[in-house]
This record gives sequence, structure tokens and C-alpha cells, in this order.
Amino acid sequence: MQTLPDQEIVVVGGGLVGAAVAWGLARKGLRPLVLDGEDLAHRASRANFALVWVQGKGLGAPHYARWTIGSAKLWPSFSEELKETSGIDVALRQRGGFTFALSESEMGMWSGEVRSVAAALGEDAPEHVLLDHAGTARMVPAIGKDVVGSIYSPIDGDVNSLRLFRALHAGMVNLGASYRAHSDVTEILPKAGGFLLKGAWGDVFAGRVVLAAGNGNARLAPMVGLSAPTLQSKGQILVTEKCEPFFPYTSTTLRQADEGGVMIGDSQEADTSSIATSQDISSVLASRAVRTFPQLANVNVLRSWAGFRVKTLDGLPIYEASPDHPGAYVVMCHSGVTLAANHALRIADAIAGRAATLADARFSSRRFHVSQH
Amino acid sequence: MFRSIESPKSRVRVIVDGREIEADVAASVAAALLGAGMTAVRRSVVGGEPRAPYCLMGICFECLVTIDGVQNRQACMVPVRDGMVISSQRGARTMEVGGQ
Repeated sequence: MQTLPDQEIVVVGGGLVGAAVAWGLARKGLRPLVLDGEDLAHRASRANFALVWVQGKGLGAPHYARWTIGSAKLWPSFSEELKETSGIDVALRQRGGFTFALSESEMGMWSGEVRSVAAALGEDAPEHVLLDHAGTARMVPAIGKDVVGSIYSPIDGDVNSLRLFRALHAGMVNLGASYRAHSDVTEILPKAGGFLLKGAWGDVFAGRVVLAAGNGNARLAPMVGLSAPTLQSKGQILVTEKCEPFFPYTSTTLRQADEGGVMIGDSQEADTSSIATSQDISSVLASRAVRTFPQLANVNVLRSWAGFRVKTLDGLPIYEASPDHPGAYVVMCHSGVTLAANHALRIADAIAGRAATLADARFSSRRFHVSQH
Repeated sequence: MFRSIESPKSRVRVIVDGREIEADVAASVAAALLGAGMTAVRRSVVGGEPRAPYCLMGICFECLVTIDGVQNRQACMVPVRDGMVISSQRGARTMEVGGQ
């Protein structure tokens, strides 16, 4: 147990969201301390699929679609700055993304969603194209006969997420942030002029505190007068051996990383708290991947893992400054890669500038309260 | 660099990158390659550096070679067989439809 020196601002959580916010705060001249949890904590950053993805997002929530589009557009300059501050190239590729449909009903459902999002956005709608099998095969000759069609949108892309994580951590430290692992925060006590943060490791007084602890925010937010309710959402991923390039774009369920490995994913389970991978899920993922790209049948899967996503009650981010305890903030979302540019450049700027709202007010957790008039 | 600590019981012949070598019938492909003085069996897919058998127990995936036309076999996990054709690898595996 030890008491750390007083801090002007502490970020609780060192995953993709916490590290992006801390990088952005340090970029604005602050010297944030990042308190991270244990290596074996249920880290959502471990379950990410590395997409910078816009297509289909924001159904019934055009403010979320706009927020996502904004981040995708900020990504090129963000990745340049990441490289300058860390020396690491995160291999951003925004060459477009596909949603491959393996049945007419899938095609109907997903194209309906994309159309609805586009209709709500009007002129701001991102470009997308509905393609039949032949149209898809013209762009991606490797697809199998089971692909009935696809939705293509040129704004979508991906990064190397291992390098993104490393770049954020190296960059934030180079910019003046500091980082402590094995420092799970279990208690936050609002005090005059700040907050006392406690854990089994010790305690620290912080003038301000940003909660970026993913699903852990559900436990921490009420301690600073906020709420961050979450649902269980487990995702599972298969990763193959490295292959010569065959798919220069990306997709929601399958992508070939810059170094050649193929990531296959997008499962979603709401009814389990076990972190173990399931063979049943793996076989569905593999079967759909092989129907989409038949050449994958001969490729070896090297790794498979599962993780718990950050999922709020409506799946949308929560960005909020505590009205009751000024200086406390919640920052959490599902799409920590796509929104990393927003978190590093917009949310961090708002926190650094002591703005009353961090983003569109509809991202406040007040939306979950029963009566809001 | 490596030599067998036991005298071989019987020997088989395998082809490595077009060259015929002899190996103990009980050897793995990795042991056969090391015994023949071949200390780099492939080039890293990412950085192009030479790679050699390392863990010799199926964990590290460093010893990948093409065996009888099948790419990315773990040389340490495959016993040699008379007439086997082995090639070292450079670059990522290819993905021919219906092929290996």
C-alpha cells in the first residue's frame, strides 16, 4: 500500500479508450496518470476487431452515425500524429469495407439498415453501394458462390490494433503522461477540490478523474454521481496463419491484417460470463468464412480467443461530465478503435478545456433514466 | 553444428530444396534439417529474417516448411519418410483454390 503524489488528472483504465483520452490530454499539455487494472482483467481492448467502421452504424441514432463518420474522417491525421509521437505506424487502411450476405434475407435486412441510416442523415450520409454477386466478384474475385451480394462503403477501413495499442501507450508517455499497471481502482471518494482514488495497491488524490474502465465503469460511475449500466456481450475471434494478400478491403466479419493473418469474428453472446472460447461458435465463424472465401478451407487457424465487449444498454457511447461532482467524467463505448480519433482529439480536448458537455448531449447517461423531461 | 548422440538405426533419403539428404528413420523433419546443417528453414513473413526450428515441440511455429506440397507444416512435428520432398519457405503461404 502506498500513497502516490497528488495528481491534476487521473484516467482510470489503460485500454484503447483510456489510453486514447490520456494521449489526447497529454497532447494538450496536461500530465495525466493512467491507472490500469490487472493483466487478466476482462479487457475489452483484447476483443477488438481493429475496424475503423461506419457502415450501418447509428440505426435510430443519427447523432451516433455523425459521431462515427467524424472519427473515421479524423483518423488519417490522427494516425500521422500517433506516428510522430510514438514512432509507430498503425497501418491505417481506409480502402473501403464490405458486408457480405450469404442469403437474400441477410442482404435484405442489412441493406435496409444501411438505407435507414442514410435516410436519417440526408446529405451527410456516407457513400454506400449495394452489389449483387457479380458486382461483388468484380471487386473481390476471391468470393465464393454462396455470397449473394454485399454492401460496399468506401469510408470503412482498419488498422493494426496491436500497434495502435502500443502507439497510444508509447505516445502518451512521450507526451508527458504516466502509467501504472496493477492499479485497479475499487473506490472513489469525492473530496474538496478533487477525488481520492483507492485500490489494493494504495491511493492517490486527483484533482479530476476520467472513468475509462470499460465495463468497470458500471461499478465506478455511481461513486461520482453518474451511471454507466452495461450488458454482457461476448465476442469470439479466430486468427489464421499469415497468407499472401487476397483481400485488400475489409469487412465486418473477416479481415486480412496488414501482416497477412486473417481475423474471423463478429460472434455475439449475451448469456454467458465464461471467458472460454466455444467450439460451436468457432465452427459457425469458420463455416461462414469459408463460404465467403473458399480458399480459406485449406488455411490453418492458429489462435482463437474471446473477450467481453463494452456494451451499454442501447449500445451507444456514454460521454458525460458529472453535474454533482465537477471534474469527474465517464468515457465509454463499444467501438474503441473507430472512435479512438474522436476520443484522442475531441473528447480529450473537451476535458482539457473543462467543457460542460464532452460531446453531443444525447450521449449522456441521463437517456437511461425513466423520466427525462 | 548438430550431430546425433546415437548411431542411427536405419536411414531414409529425403529431398530438401532439390538436394538429397540422409536422415535417421526416427528423426523429425526439423531434426533431419538441423542434422544436415540447414539452420534457416524459412524467412519471416513480416520482416524477411531467417528462421530456424526453436522449441522443437510444436509450440513456436518457427520451423514451418513445405512438405510434399503442403505449406506451413511444423517440421518438428512431422516424422521423416523415405522419398519425402521438403522445401524451405519465403514469403507468406499462397491460397490456391482446392490446393494445399
